[in-house]
Formats: sequence, C-alpha cells, structure tokens
Amino acid sequence: MSEQTTYNERLTAKLDGIFAGGQQKYHEKLKETNKLFVRDRLELLFDNGEYEEDGRFANCEAGDLPADGVVTAMGKVNGQMVCVMANDSTIKAGSWGSRTVEKIIRIQEVAEKNQVPMLYLVDSAGARITDQLEMFPGRRGAGRIFHNQVRMSGMIPQICLLFGPSAAGGAYIPAFCDIVIMVDGNASMYLGSPRMAEKVIGEKVSLEEMGGARMHCSVSGCGDVLVTTEEEAISEARRYLTYFPASFADKPAVINPVQPKEGRTLEAIIPENQNAPFDMYEAIDQLIDEGSFFEIKKLFAQELITGLARMDGQAVGIIANQPKAKGGVLFIDSADKAAKFINLCDAFSIPLLFLADVPGFMIGTKVERAGIIRHGAKLISAMSSATVPKISVVVRKAYGAGLYAMCGPAFEPDVCIALPTAQIAVMGPEAAVNAVYSNKIEAIEDSKERIQFVKEKHDEYKKEIDIYKLASEMIVDEIVAPSDLRTVITKRLAYYDSKQILMPYRKHPVYPV
Amino acid sequence: MGEIKASMAGTVFRVEVKEGDAVTAGQTVIVLESMKMEIPIDAEVSGAVAEVKVNEGDFVNEEDVLVVLA
Repeated sequence: MSEQTTYNERLTAKLDGIFAGGQQKYHEKLKETNKLFVRDRLELLFDNGEYEEDGRFANCEAGDLPADGVVTAMGKVNGQMVCVMANDSTIKAGSWGSRTVEKIIRIQEVAEKNQVPMLYLVDSAGARITDQLEMFPGRRGAGRIFHNQVRMSGMIPQICLLFGPSAAGGAYIPAFCDIVIMVDGNASMYLGSPRMAEKVIGEKVSLEEMGGARMHCSVSGCGDVLVTTEEEAISEARRYLTYFPASFADKPAVINPVQPKEGRTLEAIIPENQNAPFDMYEAIDQLIDEGSFFEIKKLFAQELITGLARMDGQAVGIIANQPKAKGGVLFIDSADKAAKFINLCDAFSIPLLFLADVPGFMIGTKVERAGIIRHGAKLISAMSSATVPKISVVVRKAYGAGLYAMCGPAFEPDVCIALPTAQIAVMGPEAAVNAVYSNKIEAIEDSKERIQFVKEKHDEYKKEIDIYKLASEMIVDEIVAPSDLRTVITKRLAYYDSKQILMPYRKHPVYPV
Repeated sequence: MGEIKASMAGTVFRVEVKEGDAVTAGQTVIVLESMKMEIPIDAEVSGAVAEVKVNEGDFVNEEDVLVVLA
C-alpha cells in the first residue's frame, strides 16, 4: 500500500465520521418525529443537492462533536448562490459551542462579502452551558450572530426555516430574519422552556401552547409561514427566494407572464354596499398571475392580507384589507404585520400595491390601552418612507386614518386609482350624520320624519364625497373600471420601474415603536 | 364540542342558527355589526348547535362565546 493511500484513508475515515453526524439513536429519533437529518435537508435545499462546506472539521478532535453541531455551506438555490447555516440536532441537541458560533459568524461574513442571501436552518436547544465563557459573552460570541443579522438586514435577504426548537437567546435568529417558516408540531420558539416557566414563575403550560409553531404563526406573529412538513418548508423557502434579488443593489427578476385564475369579474365580486363583506382573496386572484401568490402571515391578523405576487411576470407586494375578517378594520396586529411587510418589500425593490377597503382603525378602550395609535404610526411611517413604486387602489371605502395607512394621496403614491365603488371620507355617511346632527335627530319626535331627515342628510353627505367630485378636485388621479384594473396596474408597474427617490440627508428617523 | 367566539367587539346584528341546527365548517352562524360593518362569524368546525348564547342587539366583547357546538 502506498503512503498516499494511507493519508487519504485517514481523511476518508475522518470525513465518514463527520458526515454520519450524531449517534444512531438520535437519527432514529429524527425519523420518529418526521424530521430529516441536516445533510438531507441541505440536499433538498440546494440545486442538484450540491454545496461547498466551511469548517467541516470543526471540533473533529473532540470525537463526539462532528462539525461541532452545525453545517455551514454555500451553494445555489434557483441558480443563485446563497449561504446557509444548519444546526445538526443529532449532536448534543444542536446546541452551540464556541466553534459552532464561530462557524455561524464566518458564514454570515461570507454572505455579506458576497452580497448573497443568508438562510438559517434552525433546530437547536441553545447554548452549551458548559462552554458558556467561550461561546456566550465575548466579541465573537453568540451575540455577534445577532449583531451581524441586524447589520445585514435589508442588505441581503435573510430567511429562517425553523425545524425544531429555537430556544432562549437562539430565538433571536428567527426574530431578526425577514421571514420565518415553521413546521407545525416540531418548530418552537421560546425564551424559557415550560419546565423553566413552572420552576421560575409557577406557570404550568405545554410547549405547543407557549411556543409552538401554530401559536407563533397565528397569535404572536413571530412566525410567517406555517407548513406541515420539512420538505414543504424547504420548497416554500426556494419559492420565496424567486421574488427577491440577491441583494438590495439588484432588482427582482421579471419572469414569464401568466394569466389570472379564471373566475368571477371584479364587478361581480365587489358589492356596492360599503358595509357588506366580500372575500378580498377572490379579488386578488383576478389581479395577479395565477399561482403566483406567496402569502406572508396568513394566519395572523387576517383582517389585512400581505403577500408577494406577480403581475405580468413582475414581482409586487400586496397589502389588502380583508372585509370578510373583522370588517377589514385595522388593529394593532394588522398594523405591525403591514409595517414589517412594507419594510421587507421596500428594502429589496419590490413595488407595493395597496388595495384599500377600510372602515378605519379600531376604536374602544381595549385597543387604546394597547397603544393602537403608536402601532398605527409604525405602519404609516413604514408606508410613508417606502421609496419603491407605490400604487394605491381605493376599492371601496377608505375612511379616516385608514386612508392614510393604505397609502392615500398625501403619502406620495405614484398613482392613486379609484374604482367607481370608491368612497373616501373622514368617516362613513352613517357615522358622519350622527356626529354632526345627533342632537337634531333626537329632537325630532315623529319617527317617520326622523328617518326622512337622516336619509336626506345621508344623501347630501354622499354627494359631497362622490368619487367624481374627488377626481375633479384631483384628489384621486384616475377612476378605472374594475375589469380594467389589472391591465392598468401592470402597465404602470413597468413604467415606474426607473423610479428613484433620494431621501433627505440625516442619520435615520426616530422610528415609532 | 366547540365554542364560536366574537372576533371583535360589536353588536349582534343577525343570529343565523338556532339550537339543534347542523352547521358545517366555514358556515356563517352570527353576523355582528361593528365599526358600521357587517362582520360574519363563521364556524371553524362542523357540528350541531348546542346553545346560542346571544340575542340580536346584544353588545359583545372580543372573545365572548356566541354559539356552542356539540
């Protein structure tokens, strides 16, 4: 046997150990819980399953810590190079030692230097407490991972796929990503485990209730997309990336146009009665290329719809009120949801389309105590400072601050289009007549006379806010038949492609929070 | 056994089911009026109506139980 083969054999033996991951019993546990081994996840994620790895031999001298529990790699997704860190939960439950952290920091640095998307495949119990001094507090400790995430936010897309736990400090990885895809039943996020909650504050609660994927995607808003399998999580991440450029310096690709889904016309979908509910999803289907909708936060704050789509092959971010849920009224959660989505699209040059059918922000003690005004300010601030093309469509009503939140004329939409059903006002006719004439209405004793008076005042008010009057005053720029709306928007999206706005010179705004 | 709750504060505008009715998931059981809008409240699961807890005109708070399914 030649010497060459001997040293190659040693290398092969080392590599075999690294590729095998943790002990067999942990691999079996993965199977029992419908989870994939980290290297199988990466094969599914990358084009042709091909990737180049860094720090593969990290901690190989320790014997039982192959790759130190994390795979960091480069490879292509949809032909675009991306960087990935992926926890290996078969090794000490995916916990972080000092080399784990260093590897994650280094792959982030690769992503930043090359200006390519960074993906985090998270499945980790958190810090290895035995290694805390080396991995937790220092300059290149775990905090640096989050510092890098914040630094790269808006520079390159950052995506989190949550396959298992993301515990304690580690829970900030998803928090600083643009989007978090969570596997139902397996993914979880929490600062303190249920066991800790019971010991420290006396609360008895299950993991699923306190930090499960479904809870985060529907209640807390920490999750964006809930999926049922890991395969689905990976294919959704690949699909999500098709809407994005590699970095803020580029624009999203335009792909082949597709006709909208066959269905009823917008004229048939949108009721003229401003107070009657309808399903905004059905209207969106008539505007976008069939099959192109990528919804974000579908289960959270359903009174407002946010999602990526394509119109004639062009990427667009849609923010639409949903009259079918909570009357399309804006709440605290819907304001947060829209603010983050607008920031996301604006960072990566995805034009925004607002579909307004909104009675306003919710009123009452509950929302005032929760600070609906400052939450609404977040949405208005994000929308107002977005410099991508902004197309505002007033579908039906746009009352009060609802008009502002949905990119009304004062917020420099590139165009404000009204459908003939549009109604723009400080408040709706019923509320307005009540506000102005309530004493007078109460003073009329004859009920027939009272109804007659109210009706007259309604009609007067409606005339005052007639959409043609607003168009005549150049408050709205255009009135379009619903069936022409898709064509008008797609043309304008292409025309506004070269839009550029320089922001006033300053460090940054004092963001409302 | 399931409870159908108010999605937001408002007044009960229409009650569309009565005790004993069979409902299917997605069916509107109550319409609230709030912020001058009609707010349909749908059953999330199928079942039979065991109890209707509200009458037309009642004020309800967010999360109040409107209908109980058996």
